[in-house]
Amino acid sequence: MRLLKDTLARRGMGLVTALPGLLVLLIVVGLFLKSKAILGVAPLSRLLFSSAWHPLKGEFGLLPFIAGTVWVTVTALVLAVPVSILAAVYLSEYAPRWVREAAKPVIDLLAGLPSVVYGVWGVILVVPFVGNVLAPLAGVTSSGYSILAGGIVLAIMTFPTIIHVTLEVFSTVPRSLREASLSLGATKWETTRHVVLRKGAQGILAASVLGFSRAFGETMAVLMVVGNVPAVPRSLFDPGYPLPALIANNYGEMMSVPRYDAALMSAALVLMLIVLFFNVLARRILVRVERRVR
Amino acid sequence: MNGRADARLGQRKRTELFFRTLAAVSAAIVLLSLLLILGTVLWKAVPALSLSMLTQTPRGGFYLGKEGGILNAIVGSLDLALGATALAFLLSLPLALYLNVYKGRASKTAVWTRFFLDVLWGVPSIVYGAFGFVVMLALGLRASLLAGILTVALLELPIMTRAIDEVMRLVPRELTDASASLGATRFETALKVLVRQSAPGILTGVLLAFGRGIGDAASVLFTAGFTDRIPGSLADPAATLPLAIFFQLGTPFPEVQQRAYASAAVLTLIILLISLAGRAMSRKVTRHVVK
Repeated sequence: MRLLKDTLARRGMGLVTALPGLLVLLIVVGLFLKSKAILGVAPLSRLLFSSAWHPLKGEFGLLPFIAGTVWVTVTALVLAVPVSILAAVYLSEYAPRWVREAAKPVIDLLAGLPSVVYGVWGVILVVPFVGNVLAPLAGVTSSGYSILAGGIVLAIMTFPTIIHVTLEVFSTVPRSLREASLSLGATKWETTRHVVLRKGAQGILAASVLGFSRAFGETMAVLMVVGNVPAVPRSLFDPGYPLPALIANNYGEMMSVPRYDAALMSAALVLMLIVLFFNVLARRILVRVERRVR
Repeated sequence: MNGRADARLGQRKRTELFFRTLAAVSAAIVLLSLLLILGTVLWKAVPALSLSMLTQTPRGGFYLGKEGGILNAIVGSLDLALGATALAFLLSLPLALYLNVYKGRASKTAVWTRFFLDVLWGVPSIVYGAFGFVVMLALGLRASLLAGILTVALLELPIMTRAIDEVMRLVPRELTDASASLGATRFETALKVLVRQSAPGILTGVLLAFGRGIGDAASVLFTAGFTDRIPGSLADPAATLPLAIFFQLGTPFPEVQQRAYASAAVLTLIILLISLAGRAMSRKVTRHVVK
């Protein structure tokens, strides 16, 4: 009887375990099937590289949206990566114990805040700041709803991801290596630069890639501050229209215009595939880092 | 000779000081940004916060700045997140147990499953939303509480499972071996040793997923719909707080935008409460843990 229970439980649990792999497959296949309607009409290159977005005329060029996503994400990373890595250096190498202990819940909370709250904050503070302070400084006029505003909000959202992974990587650098460097008379920063950062270089790369893929798919916060104008942006102060925002903004109309839904689903598919690629890349780097440590 | 060495040392000391300051400033930026966000949202919200906002559903003209509250969204969000968390838990626990009890911790199945869970963790919530929508159409469901719960459960699954898995991996081998040597089947070991031993961690994982579920907007945008009424059954559409905030902020009326700030404060407070409760409760459940 007990053995029977054990066998049953084992089978049941085994079945559930197949779920994650199956789900990844299902998402890709499901979105692909839905976007087939448009792939049959327009060649893939026109879908991806045309900037003509006229749903009513049946023209669906995703280029402005892909460009918008790339602009916002790259801006966010340029802001977030140096700050996050330096913050991680401070927390792991310099900070007294109590600061390190106090920082943990703060970073967790930062990661747990809903993206809508980030968006509201962006609208209240970042958008006017960009429009009234930064844009005049740069000598341009901007409403504030811009790539830069999206990038700033997104940068703060990616802090926790990058810091978390970087801290973990730093903790795998053996103490003895640091001590060896210090005992040779190197200053703390010299030790950090030549030992910790060098040893952790790959891990930091992985952390940045993970941050990238997190930022790439972020929807609501960016959507609220980025302006949503479907044109390829030319400067940081121009509005943009990232892929996730496109999907989120148009779900209402998509059933009434022919092939609109297929175009949106293909946007989701593009998003999924890119994120998948970067995730796999980051994991592979991290696995290699872990193996080397052992 | 000596002078030059001194100059070098001074230079190195200045570099040290410079980078030390830079690193400290960066850390301060990160930590203060949380304060700045919380401060701004709460400060903007105070003038619009009122009891009627929390206890009433929207009346006619609510989105034009008239009477009413966001009770529909609060209840909808709680229903949705509770349902999704329960469903995700029913899948996560067996999954994590299977990886840790039946399969070797470093077996091929375990490694691949963890990899897929990590991939799922990285999938943007808007993609879950789109996928949920595709499934909904395929099954002939309308936008409803049920569809929302299913989608959010998928979103929560990797978060919860990975969190539970991490703590179960820390349970010492000797404990499970001791249980097995007493003649317990692996299922019994799983329930009575692993689950109990990692209870605090499981709780943290569940709350983490709950927080993520209640705050997510992009996944419920297509699937849960939006309504001014409190959902009466699983087939009804349900309003959610994040979407309520989004829609209110999108109106051109300052009064309604004020309410968006207030709603954002409510959502933030819920998240803060969950995180505090998690800390407090996980300390309590530790009593049963064998050290």
